[in-house]
Order: sequence, then C-alpha cells, then structure tokens
Amino acid sequence: MTVSLPFGLAVLTGKSIFIQVYDVIANNPQGFLTALGEHVFFLVFIPVMLAILIAVPLGVLATRKPFLERIFLGFVNILQTIPSLALFVLLIVIGFGIGTRPAIIALFLYSLLPILRNTVVGIKGVDPFLKEAALGMGMTGWQRLRMVELPLAFRVIMGGIRTSAVICIGTGTIAAYIGAGGLGQYIVRGLAFYSNGLLLAGAIPATLLALLTDFLLGRFERTVTPRGLRVEAAKNRSKS
Amino acid sequence: MIKFENVTKKYGDLTVVDNLTLEVDKGNLVALIGASGCGKTTTLKMVNRIIEPTSGNIFVNEENILRQDPVQLRRGIGYVIQQIGLFPNMTIAENITVVGKLLSWNKAHSRERAEELLHMVEMDPALYMNRYPNELSGGQQQRIGVLRALATDPEIILMDEPFGALDPITREQLQNEFINLQTRLHKTILFVTHDMDEAIKMADSIVLMRDGKIVQAAAAEEMLRNPADDYVASFIGMDRRLRSPDEVLVEEIMIPDPVTIESSRGLAEAQERMRKRRVDSLMVVDQNGVLVGIITIKDIQRNMAKGSRISDIVNSAPTFVLEGASVREAVYAMSQEGIGYLPVVDDKQRLKGLITRSSLVSVLSDVLWNSPDNGVENPEKEAVEGESR
Ligand SMILES: Nc1ncnc2c1ncn2[C@@H]1O[C@H](COP(=O)(O)OP(=O)(O)O)[C@@H](O)[C@H]1O
Ligand SMILES: [Mg+2]
Repeated sequence: MTVSLPFGLAVLTGKSIFIQVYDVIANNPQGFLTALGEHVFFLVFIPVMLAILIAVPLGVLATRKPFLERIFLGFVNILQTIPSLALFVLLIVIGFGIGTRPAIIALFLYSLLPILRNTVVGIKGVDPFLKEAALGMGMTGWQRLRMVELPLAFRVIMGGIRTSAVICIGTGTIAAYIGAGGLGQYIVRGLAFYSNGLLLAGAIPATLLALLTDFLLGRFERTVTPRGLRVEAAKNRSKS
Repeated sequence: MIKFENVTKKYGDLTVVDNLTLEVDKGNLVALIGASGCGKTTTLKMVNRIIEPTSGNIFVNEENILRQDPVQLRRGIGYVIQQIGLFPNMTIAENITVVGKLLSWNKAHSRERAEELLHMVEMDPALYMNRYPNELSGGQQQRIGVLRALATDPEIILMDEPFGALDPITREQLQNEFINLQTRLHKTILFVTHDMDEAIKMADSIVLMRDGKIVQAAAAEEMLRNPADDYVASFIGMDRRLRSPDEVLVEEIMIPDPVTIESSRGLAEAQERMRKRRVDSLMVVDQNGVLVGIITIKDIQRNMAKGSRISDIVNSAPTFVLEGASVREAVYAMSQEGIGYLPVVDDKQRLKGLITRSSLVSVLSDVLWNSPDNGVENPEKEAVEGESR
C-alpha cells in the first residue's frame, strides 16, 4: 500500500520553500494545530477505530467459516480498488452529505481491508498444534480465541492497523476536497493558488505524521507483546 | 476406566479404526503401538472427543463420553502431544495451570500448584515460573507439557508420542522421570508410541495395532514370549523376543571368524600370531578349514623346545558344538569339560565360530532378562576377533 501524498505536484525551489512553509504555519499556528487535530482525530483515529471494531470480529468470523472468508475479503478488496475521490463523491451522491461524515466513512472503508486481511492471516497462522492443545485442554471456542489465537495473532493484526493508519493519513488529505478539514486544506489551497509554501505546509506535516504514527504504533506493539513472543521473534530474526 | 466398544472411525471409504474394543484399567499405562498410519492417534483422540467415532461407544468411568459435554470431558482428562504445544504467550506457571484457569482457580492456588508440580520434576520454581516456553530446552518444555496434563490431578491422561521429538538422551531421562511419577500417581494412561523399546519400558500392557485393528493386546513379557502372529513377531524384532536357552541357537550368538592357524605351521609363528592379534589361544584347522584342535599360549610355552610344528602338540580330539545346536547344549558341554572356549563347526566339522563364557553370559542375560538395548557386547570379542577382519 502506498501513501498517496500529492508530493510530485510540489516544485521544490530551493531553501526558501522551507521558509515559506514556516511562514504559513507561523502566520496562523492556531489554524495549523486545528487542522492537524482534525486530521488525527476525525480522519485517522475515528475511521481506524471503527475499522478495528468491525474488521477484527469479521476476520475472526472468516477464520471460522471459510465461505465467509471469501465473501468478506472479496468485498473489502473491491472497496480498495475504488479511487478515493470517486468514493468520496459516491458517498455524497448516495446521501451522506459533505464534510467530515462521508470522509470518515470512506476512510473507515479503506481501513477495513488491511485489518481484516491481517486478522485472518494472523489467526490462520497460529500453529495448528497450539489450537489442538487449546482444544484438548478444554477451552471453549471463545476461550481459545481470547487466550491463544488473538494474543498470537496480535502482531500481525497490529501490522494491519499500522497500514490502515498510514493509508488514512494520506488519503485523508484528499478529504479536504469534500470539506472534511484536516491537513489536506493546505494542499487544496496550495494547488488552487499555485503556492508551494501552502501546499507543503500540508504535505510535509502529513508525511511526518505518517512516519511518526507508524513508529509509535510499532513501539506500542512491542511493549504490549508478551516476552515469550518477543524472544521468539528475536530468535526467528537471527535465524533467517 | 477407559473402555472402547466396537469403535469404528471412517473418513469416507477409508476405515481408520476398525471395530476396536479395548479396556484400560484404572492405574494402568497402556501403550498403543503400531506402524505409522495404523490409527493410534485417531484412537487416542476419540477419548477426548477431538475426533468423533463413526460408530461404537467409548466409556470413561462407566459413562458414555458421547453423551457428555466435550469441553467438560476434556478438562477432566490430561493431554500431552508430541509437538508439546505450550502456549508461547503464557509463562510457564500460566501454562501449567491453564486448565485451572478455565476452572476459575484463584491466583494463589494456581501459583501453589505450579510450584508444587515444578518441584516434582526438580525444576526450581523461582527460576522457571515466570519464564516463557521458548526460553526452555525441548526436554524442559515437554516436562512442562506433562505437568500441564497433571495440574488438575485428572484420573486419565492421554499421551501421543510425548517423548518422540526429543533427542535419545533427553527421551530416556523423561521416560525415567515419568515412570517415577507414575509409580507415585497411578494415573490411568493411554500412551501412543511407535517405539517398541519405549512401550516395553513404560507400559503395563501393549496394544499392537495394524490397519485400525488390534493384532495383539498383552503385557510386554507375554507379547515378547508369545507373539500372536508373524506380524507381531516381526514388529517386535527377533533380537528382542524373550526365548529360553533351548530356543536360541549357537550360531546366533557365536563370534564368527575366530583367529585360526593351520596345523602345518610352526610354534613360533603361532606365538607371533597370538601376540599380534592379542589372543591367548588359536583355533587350529587343516587346509580345508576343518577343526583340528585348540592351541593355547601355555601349550606353546611348554612345548617350544620339543617340537616345531603345531600338529605335533595339538590335542586331536577337541570338544566342539554344531552351529545348529541350542545354547543349552553349549552351556552343558562347556561345564562338563570345564572349558572356557567352545568352537562351533558345521556338519563337516569346518570351523564356523567360537563361543566363550563371557559371550554366553552377556547374550543370555539379554535374552533372559530382556535388555535388548545392551546388544551383544562381549569383552573378549577383541581377544578372539576374526582373522578376516
Ligand atoms: N482427517 C482425516 N481425513 C482423512 N484421513 C485421515 C484423517 N486423519 C487421519 N487420517 C488417516 O487415518 C490413518 C490413521 O491416522 P493416525 O491415527 O494419525 O495414525 P497413527 O497415529 O497411527 O500414525 C492414516 O492413514 C491417516 O492418513
Ligand atoms: Mg500418530
């Protein structure tokens, strides 16, 4: 999955460009922070959280019923192929109005695929002998999921969540076209006014945000992974 | 305690377990053994309903398990698998008491029980409780696997090749430890293995399966003495069968190709050959390999001056035994004659091999006391080893 920041549009004209960016932000720091806050909360946090709430259970369900796996993955795969602007417009057309709401829905839909796919892959990747041991110990299906499968699939599912978050940060910039706010506003205005300073005042923070989010989620993943699984990962790494 | 009644398991047209009837008595360890794919694991897993039988009934404690809730049933049965299957996300203590957790034990009780069990296998709780499975060696992991099965003190334990993936030394250790545990705990155990040595060592009785059917079910000793048919005999292996000295033939235990010398040779040459081969006696043969006698180092020393040829001094009526004779006959001849060496010959009195006292002792103790692993180790083998080698 690539991050679709409209980078190439910006014509970098030497050092002064960074000063221009600085000017844009320093000129109205309050406005910048609001845009950043909107971006993080409405265009990343809310859609990704919704996607986790929906995609993880669906992913679990898919591992229990193979026919559901095909249906679910087929559906989210199709969603993923719709160009983002087209999806925004489609949502407006079918009555979600403009602004934050259709943006959240569109970004939520994009987030489904990585999380759903990784949930399925993660749970299916659990050693069949561990599943058998869990069964043999007398775990119910639910206990096996909670005590064995989800903990063991956690890293893979987290990988999906990181991907989704990064997609939302990037695609979220386009949501400014439908009035959803966020860092995309600078880019939209920058393109309209042929102002590299404006454009980059959106693009650079969005890029940094993507990198930072991925990094922080990675840190989070490592801290909550039990030591037993971390050592294993370390061992596997040194083996390969 | 565990009872199979006409149990059959089919996958489509393939019958994997075929009308099996079997009973495991309380406190006994019954080994299911047989070639790979004969249905051992399937039989075992039907007891905790990981696999459901196609027909027939299985009783645990007189209760038909097919009418029980599988989850409850499994919590009351210990289960150990070859792949160990410790949960890598749980500590050793958590792994040991995982069934306790399902039964809502409180934390203090779980800890106590885990400590108690670790003590039983001499693993220091302070050192191991909070480790994770991948920080342990394979042998230690399977010790924990066994403890996990014992944690709730179930009456019945199912073990599917529990020591099969371990290296031979560790396997031996865990087998011995487990035998010790079992003599204290008297669990009712169904134990799958493909290793006859393991079955003989561990089991109160052995059930040999072939193509989903029981070929023979008997105590180890009975099976070794009286294999039900050729398949059982071949599965056990000839060398492991318990046989009396009447059944064991001299040719099976003789040292082939003993050091020989032709009777036309000189004494000096005989002495030199003894020195070189580090033996103190030689089988004397003629040019056709027919046994003429035995010559010892003492004979040579005594007669060095008198004659120069072996034929001059060798005793011409040697005691020998035919290769088809029984070990009992050989023992009898040796004790009658008071000799330590007994040449073995064929029907034309050609030398075939040699029996010594120590070869008899080690071979007979193997045959009689059933320690097939010791093999035919003969301390004198060196001294009389064949010329051809
Ligand atoms: N789920 C299954 N579907 C079809 N055949 C199976 C299945 N499980 C086991 N079998 C077959 O049943 C036979 C017995 O298997 P198993 O009980 O595992 O043998 P063992 O443990 O004695 O090696 C084998 O031939 C195996 O291929
Ligand atoms: Mg098996």
